[in-house]
Amino acid sequence: MTATPLHTERRTLLTVFCEASLEPLLVRDMDRLGVGGYTISDARGKGSRGVRDASWDEARNIRVEVICARAQAEALLAHLQARYYANYAMVAYLSEVEVLRPEKF
Amino acid sequence: MDPVILFFLFGLAAGLLRSELKLPGALYDSLTIFLLLAIGLKGGQGLATQPLAPLVPQILAVIVLGCVQTLLAFAVLRWLFGFDRPNAAATAAHYGSVSVATFAVAAAWFAARAIPVEPQMAVILAVMEVPAILVGIVLARGVDKDTDWKALGHEAFLGKGVTLLLGGMAIGWAAGPKGLEPVSALYFDLFKGILALFLLEMGLIVSRQVGELRRRGLSLIAFGIGMPVLSAGLGLGTGWLLGLSVGGMAMLATLAASASYIAVPAAMRIAVPQANPAVSLAGALGVTFPFNIIAGIPLYHWMASRLAGATP
Repeated sequence: MTATPLHTERRTLLTVFCEASLEPLLVRDMDRLGVGGYTISDARGKGSRGVRDASWDEARNIRVEVICARAQAEALLAHLQARYYANYAMVAYLSEVEVLRPEKF
Repeated sequence: MDPVILFFLFGLAAGLLRSELKLPGALYDSLTIFLLLAIGLKGGQGLATQPLAPLVPQILAVIVLGCVQTLLAFAVLRWLFGFDRPNAAATAAHYGSVSVATFAVAAAWFAARAIPVEPQMAVILAVMEVPAILVGIVLARGVDKDTDWKALGHEAFLGKGVTLLLGGMAIGWAAGPKGLEPVSALYFDLFKGILALFLLEMGLIVSRQVGELRRRGLSLIAFGIGMPVLSAGLGLGTGWLLGLSVGGMAMLATLAASASYIAVPAAMRIAVPQANPAVSLAGALGVTFPFNIIAGIPLYHWMASRLAGATP
């Protein structure tokens, strides 16, 4: 049996942690910037703005993940920094990932 | 003391002692949905038995009341307590709006004492959520071209609270008391038990405001108690002008005194991001909510009885 080598390509993963109240705004931003797909999940944790334990509306966090081309991820990150960093609980970072089916991203 | 208040105190104590007790976030959501629907249904079935035309002046009056309260709270916070403009505006919006949990406790308190309250108070609860949000936003940033009124209007009028209250009311009104009988065991008979569970969770949430209260010192506590009493006076006056019963006046005073922690924080977070949400919530939840449900409601009822007794 011979294993076929996986053919992967590099894309950029943008991960954002922020307060849940921003979800509708972020979704709108991503649609506007032409992001093809994203995943949003509930999250909890602690940071400079205190414990966010998701016990009720105002203490809820989300994690947003977007896999896309480097340029688009950088544009989105720059927008987040300009628009939200000053006043909202938000952490965002880029990382390189390898994906199958590159045409999806 | 009412058992529902004891549940609240139990939650508060468990939170302050850093107990492991934690209710799932989804339960808090579910209980909120239940309370909003139950209050809407109750109001709606009451409205089904009376003409709706007298409601119009009452709705207009409470819109004015909500705006006046917000402006007053803003002035007090800005000039007396030295808040900056965004924080004064956001906190004022919390105090100009209303708290569903406080309304629910008051409804249970009046029901336990067989004090009649007009059914349209549920309509007034829904109406009073909104004006303070809009006034607060204008106070924080003025009226400029950038204001996205469509999004704000959507947030203010179609938020979870107003939608569920109005939906429940429409169902209650369309079905009437007879039609609601099959669901009344859940929504009316179990109301107090579910309210008690909700207040247990509220106690836990309130206990988390203590840190912020410590940082802010006495001024936030003074505002958190002074403002509701002042607002209750305005509410009583409005109720008296509208010719409400003693129960109705006391309920309107309670609504005026209560401070929002559902609709307003979410709207202010988006519309006035410079405001620190911890400050408004520590005031509304940490001070005003416990004050209203423990001391405020009996006080406002006493004030309403005196006002009704003084005027033949």
